[in-house]
Amino acid sequence: MLKSISKTLFGAALIGASFASHAFAETTINALFMAQAAYSEADVRAMTDAFTKANPDIKVNLEFVPYEGLHDKTVLAQGSGGGYDVVLFDVIWPAEYATNKVLVDVSSRITDDMKKGVLPGAWTTVQYDGKYFGMPWILDTKYLFYNKEILEKAGIKAPPKTWDELTEQAKAIKDKGLLATPIAWSWSQAEAAICDYTTLVSAYKGDFLKDGKPAFQTGGGLDALKYMVSSYKSGLTNPNSKEFLEEDVRKVFENGDAAFALNWTYMYNMANDPKDSKVAGKVGVVPAPGVAGKSEASAVNGSMGLGITSASKHPDEAWKYISFMTSQATQNQYAKLSLPIWASSYADPAVTKGQEELIAAAKVGLAAMYPRPTTPKYQELSTALQQAIQESLLGQSSPEDALKSAADNSGL
Amino acid sequence: MSGTWMTTRAWLLMLPLLVVMIAVIGWPLVDTVRLSFTDAKLVGTEGNFVGIDNYTKMISGSNFQRTLVTTALFAIISVAAEMVIGVLAALLLNQEFRGRTALRALMILPWALPTVVNATLWRLIYNPEYGALNAALTQLGLIDAYRSWLGEPGTALSALIVADCWKNFPLVALIALAALQAVPRDITAASLVDGAGPIARFRFVILPYLAGPLMVALVLRTIEAFKVFDIIWVMTRGGPANSTRTLSILVYQEAFSFQRAGSGASLALMVTLLVTVLAAGYAALVRKTVGSAA
Repeated sequence: MLKSISKTLFGAALIGASFASHAFAETTINALFMAQAAYSEADVRAMTDAFTKANPDIKVNLEFVPYEGLHDKTVLAQGSGGGYDVVLFDVIWPAEYATNKVLVDVSSRITDDMKKGVLPGAWTTVQYDGKYFGMPWILDTKYLFYNKEILEKAGIKAPPKTWDELTEQAKAIKDKGLLATPIAWSWSQAEAAICDYTTLVSAYKGDFLKDGKPAFQTGGGLDALKYMVSSYKSGLTNPNSKEFLEEDVRKVFENGDAAFALNWTYMYNMANDPKDSKVAGKVGVVPAPGVAGKSEASAVNGSMGLGITSASKHPDEAWKYISFMTSQATQNQYAKLSLPIWASSYADPAVTKGQEELIAAAKVGLAAMYPRPTTPKYQELSTALQQAIQESLLGQSSPEDALKSAADNSGL
Repeated sequence: MSGTWMTTRAWLLMLPLLVVMIAVIGWPLVDTVRLSFTDAKLVGTEGNFVGIDNYTKMISGSNFQRTLVTTALFAIISVAAEMVIGVLAALLLNQEFRGRTALRALMILPWALPTVVNATLWRLIYNPEYGALNAALTQLGLIDAYRSWLGEPGTALSALIVADCWKNFPLVALIALAALQAVPRDITAASLVDGAGPIARFRFVILPYLAGPLMVALVLRTIEAFKVFDIIWVMTRGGPANSTRTLSILVYQEAFSFQRAGSGASLALMVTLLVTVLAAGYAALVRKTVGSAA
């Protein structure tokens, strides 16, 4: 009898204890990430495990969606009353998210050490209207990757410095019969195409907007699209580029079917991995070329940041998590797939070892990063431009007409 | 027991269901109608009343008209093909032969797969660099270079229709097969004795048994095809150059990507109206067909 009472008491105490730990100590936050490029899903899980080990009172639920679903999932969750505390966001969304109050202003949480330590270019990823809406996390731009072996066989001494040189070199490779279509791009009807287009716009010194009105229909914006169309029509560009996303470009390049490819940082170490890649050890990387008389190099700001949603009930814990994920220690540890946002990391041999070529390209590329326009109507503008690019590539419309109707349909 | 009490009791029994229906269907529908007359955003502003602005802008816009044509083309061709292939498959599987059970089970597989899996599979098959379709056609000597099936406006919609047929013909086949099992054997045997050829036998002996169930399949498939979203979203996202953008994709872009809840709602209501009219038309047709068959 006594024994059974003590058993019951023990049991009650146990149940009570387990309730207590839930009710008083543990906070659960939900975080939304993407399942591709830069840090892999496994990396994010490993980083998060390290965080929860250091902060046992905070539990983090992770969710991963493809990049294509990240924006809509974030907005939908917000529209239906929230759900996520921390969200990954692309450099193109802060304007819209800030205007529609999806993200909270974290300006007061950013410390002086952060302000001094993080590369100035990285901050543009999270800023809108002079305020900070998160911390930059993935620092990225598109680089020109090339196949060293193919260039050597074609008798090319150095990778191209201008886009015209790229055309000439690709032509030499094609004429020698080394590859039928030497250049690969991601020109599918998606944001990826806008990133390639922006890289060229930056090379031609074009503008997306002037005083809030579309300005890409003339000048550099038009030259950029004309370059894409002529590269496509000349047969130097892989015609399947118009249905490629970044991962398709990577596969083509890794299979040795492209001499040149424009892609993000993550491709460098993956293409150099002999497990998956046929071109391991032959991968060269340089900043995307420039245009004679206009620019030395070109680059698009493809960085992403981590922010707190306005629906979050645990902003302090969320910020703790974001601070950990963006800390220099964490970033240095995973520098093989995404370069750190911290300036002094680039002096650390642990970060640079084995990827000196990439770091050299990054020094030029990251400094030249060109932003896609910051406007709350970005999604509309991008959709209109995607259509213009595809129509011009397919010959349904001239670059002039296509960009003019994109300007009309941009909602600006 | 009096008739009124029976009626009252019937309503009472249905009451819980009615409440649920009003909550999950009725109220959202009313709210969508309200939204469609505003310029509400998905998050942020509640929106102002703008009258029928959303509707007039939508109907006069080239986007809506072009998308309507694409959707109709997709629905008509894919449903027609699914009906024909489905019935042929059912006729085949209704024969006695070895391995019939295994084949029947196999046939259901595409329909049982989630659409996203199905779409990803077909994207691999159509891959312009390593796809099975290109490999097969080149080896057979039908094409001399790999082609970009989903990247050309001329082939993208057809490629999607093929993928959709592959996924959905089993449903038609399944319904037709069940109906075929109901055809009395002595009637088919008698028609053989009377010297009816295979076509005449199908037309005059089997088809009357099939007509009703096939009508059901036709209604189901047409409504589904008009609302098609996921298979296209995964395979082309409406590209290239918007040549495969259907109504549902337009609704999605408008409401969620551009966050214009108001005009998104007006578009969604137009799709609902269209599907309702189609369904009503079919329902009338079903009554006529089944009535005349009986």
